[in-house]
Amino acid sequence: MRKKLSRRKFLIRGGLGTLGVLAVGTGIFRNPIRREIIDFTDSFVAPYLGSGTEANLWFEITKQNTIVLHSPKVEMGQGAFTGFAQIAADELDVNINQMEVIAAATASGVVDNLGTGGSLSIASMWTILRELAATTREMVKLEAAKKWNVAVKDIATKNGIVSYKNKSLTYAEVAANVTDWEIPTTPALKPFKDYTFIGKPLPRIDLNAKVYGEPIFGMDAEMEDMLHAVVVKPGHIGARFKYANYTEASQMPGVVKIVQIDNWLGVIAESYNEALAAKEEIEVEWDIPKIWSEEEIRALITVGNGNEMLVQKEGEALAKEDTFLALEFKSPLGAHAQIEPNGAVASYKKGKITVILSTQVIGITQKQIAKALDVDIDNVNVIPTYLGGGFGRRLNTYHAIHAVQMSKVVGKPVKYFFTRQEEFQNDMFRPPTHHIMKGKLNSEGLIANLEHHFASGNVATDSVLLPNITNKLLGADLGAIRGGSIHYSGIKNRRAVQWHTPLPFATSWWRSLGLLANTFAIESFVDELALQGNKNPIELRLAQIEENEEGIRLKNVIKKAQKESNYSDVVTNGSAMGFACSTDAGTPCAQVAEVSIVNNEIKVHTITCVMDCGIAVNPDQVKAQCEGAMIMAMSAAMHEKMYIEEGQLQPIIFGPYEMALIKHAPKEINIHLLQGIDKPGPVGEPPLGPIAAAIGNAVRRLTGKRITEMPLKLS
Amino acid sequence: MNLSFKINNKEVTVAIKDEYTPLLWVVRDVLNLKGTKFGCGKAACGACTLHVDGVAIRSCSYAVKFAEGKNITTVEGLGDIENPHPVQQAWTEEVVPQCGYCQPGFMMVTAALLKENDNPTDEDIDNTIINICRCGTYYRMRKAIHRAAELTRETKQ
Repeated sequence: MRKKLSRRKFLIRGGLGTLGVLAVGTGIFRNPIRREIIDFTDSFVAPYLGSGTEANLWFEITKQNTIVLHSPKVEMGQGAFTGFAQIAADELDVNINQMEVIAAATASGVVDNLGTGGSLSIASMWTILRELAATTREMVKLEAAKKWNVAVKDIATKNGIVSYKNKSLTYAEVAANVTDWEIPTTPALKPFKDYTFIGKPLPRIDLNAKVYGEPIFGMDAEMEDMLHAVVVKPGHIGARFKYANYTEASQMPGVVKIVQIDNWLGVIAESYNEALAAKEEIEVEWDIPKIWSEEEIRALITVGNGNEMLVQKEGEALAKEDTFLALEFKSPLGAHAQIEPNGAVASYKKGKITVILSTQVIGITQKQIAKALDVDIDNVNVIPTYLGGGFGRRLNTYHAIHAVQMSKVVGKPVKYFFTRQEEFQNDMFRPPTHHIMKGKLNSEGLIANLEHHFASGNVATDSVLLPNITNKLLGADLGAIRGGSIHYSGIKNRRAVQWHTPLPFATSWWRSLGLLANTFAIESFVDELALQGNKNPIELRLAQIEENEEGIRLKNVIKKAQKESNYSDVVTNGSAMGFACSTDAGTPCAQVAEVSIVNNEIKVHTITCVMDCGIAVNPDQVKAQCEGAMIMAMSAAMHEKMYIEEGQLQPIIFGPYEMALIKHAPKEINIHLLQGIDKPGPVGEPPLGPIAAAIGNAVRRLTGKRITEMPLKLS
Repeated sequence: MNLSFKINNKEVTVAIKDEYTPLLWVVRDVLNLKGTKFGCGKAACGACTLHVDGVAIRSCSYAVKFAEGKNITTVEGLGDIENPHPVQQAWTEEVVPQCGYCQPGFMMVTAALLKENDNPTDEDIDNTIINICRCGTYYRMRKAIHRAAELTRETKQ
């Protein structure tokens, strides 16, 4: 799958800066959709999919002899920029302090057509980034060799300096007057032991910017002479704009224009507050074809309803006449609730468009704008910023189109972003789910049959990344099946059956996709089977995993978690341990939660988390991802719930949309990383899997009751 | 009308059309200090927290007219790289931020807490720090708050 970068794939772009700008580009053709599907579902680590065959900018050598990496991926907190800096520095032979990373704008850099997500930033860039960095280093050496008339092999590189005997030049000095770069064949990569920065727990490279409040986010962007806008959105599901009276609103202070485009209204004013005030004065009539209820939505998401797809089939299915244990599980509709609202600053000037925003899909945002505004794609420059949270929400950036359309009408740049109510009512939610688990033990108390029947709304279906064709090709929603198959290879008879139904409002990718709810159902049920069979839940699991490569990695994380947590399934002093594990995107993860009941509420004191993500380029940031992912999953599993009330999505504000606060977070988190493969594997989502079941399994021991519904509550 | 106040130790006078404009938007869009964030507009998340006369305020729901004559501090005025506030020092040592968007609000409310109480217990923290972080940095944040308290006490000695 991965190819070496060959000579023909490099292109040089000159004249990008005043001095010494070095550009190395690559052009890997976009792959057919089928390969994307296979990579998502099968190989787990999708390849880097570069943005075309044109000359593209990767590295830039500045006058100050720093190296700027124009990253095809964005930074949304996952620490990818720090990892990229470490990876590039090691092959470039520069110091980490000489590395800068910025997200590539479409006009000047490479963007990844798959966007940023799927826990793939480091995993998918691992090889290509090292090869590009090594090639760039060799190019600098070649030029130095020409200058000094010596052999390339005799030239040494370190800290951004090339040297030969007593001569030395900085990379910037070498690059200064070069116009035609010679491109060598891709050099061999260094052996792992020679890396200085890869594998070290270095501080994040964006730490200072984030601690001292620098204006790095989409919300902080400005353009000269910019106006502020808000958009009128319906509160009801499926509502269509019918009529509006905005005569009075148009006369309000600061209002520049109220525009009606297609079926939406935009209010453009001199300040945000004036735009917001005017919006509140607009009388809108909506056409509401149906008032949806919570019960109707839940009924749509029920096993047995919608499109059925067998996604895992090993051995025999349980027959109706068999005696087996069955349990039903549910998870609610969930919001992304990223703290930075969606928005964009856009300028439309004489057919040229510039948009600054937080997006996970730089290239898709660009294409959507070009199509909606009917301009050539080369006339759309999308400049991504740091993201105030991504979590899958920023795969959908239709608001960028609205911002451009408003700028076109008023002839000035426009900044537009969502109110919090609009965020909650126009989210691309994590769909609710319904699960029926069925299982049967053999005479030895081992699991003979395990079946997961589950229903979900859209996750990947109709999404910007995997268009509807995938659904037609495979018949399943590829996002909703994440974590839905049973990873206990030692269970002879296994089934996973998906029931898929689109909802009347948008549901989509939410960090870890189906993993959160699917693992909750499967791992709670396996725990119940262990209790039924009178087995230690960890020993039961270990007995039902085969000794293949995947199985060994899974067993190792389980055993390590057992050891490090001193796991015991006996309640001690009112405190119990719960165990669960999952394998997501090829990364096995096991967690033990230590739980007690305090003031009639579930209190999680300690979590032990063991994950095998292969090489941890930055172990401290991998741990930060584990901590954050587990706390986000706890928030979703124990607190969060959207619901439908009289046709509207509710709640519309934090607080009523209950989320984990600092008081809910465990005071002790112990993370252990294993390296079962010799490359970096996915990190950002796999730790979301086990925690809900781990907590539920502990509560089962404390109360004797099995919690089968998220958010997990007593009684 | 003109309103005058001190922000990050600088006297400023701003022309205000509507005295009920939230202080947040004056700070962000008029004074161009972007470190104070908009999260919800309803004082429900704490991303917009800054200090008015040393007290932590959710500035999205605080009319600018109440700032008249007062002393405002934003994250930009808390400290800088050469001279970090103990909270910023601790946040750096513990590598707290992930996406970073909510962090200024958390640092501001922590700085206000430490002014009142330089040795907060876990319970004090649970009761006072009620901002929202979606990345889930709470575990490191608690460690950083205790560390910042320690640094604050050391400074006093």
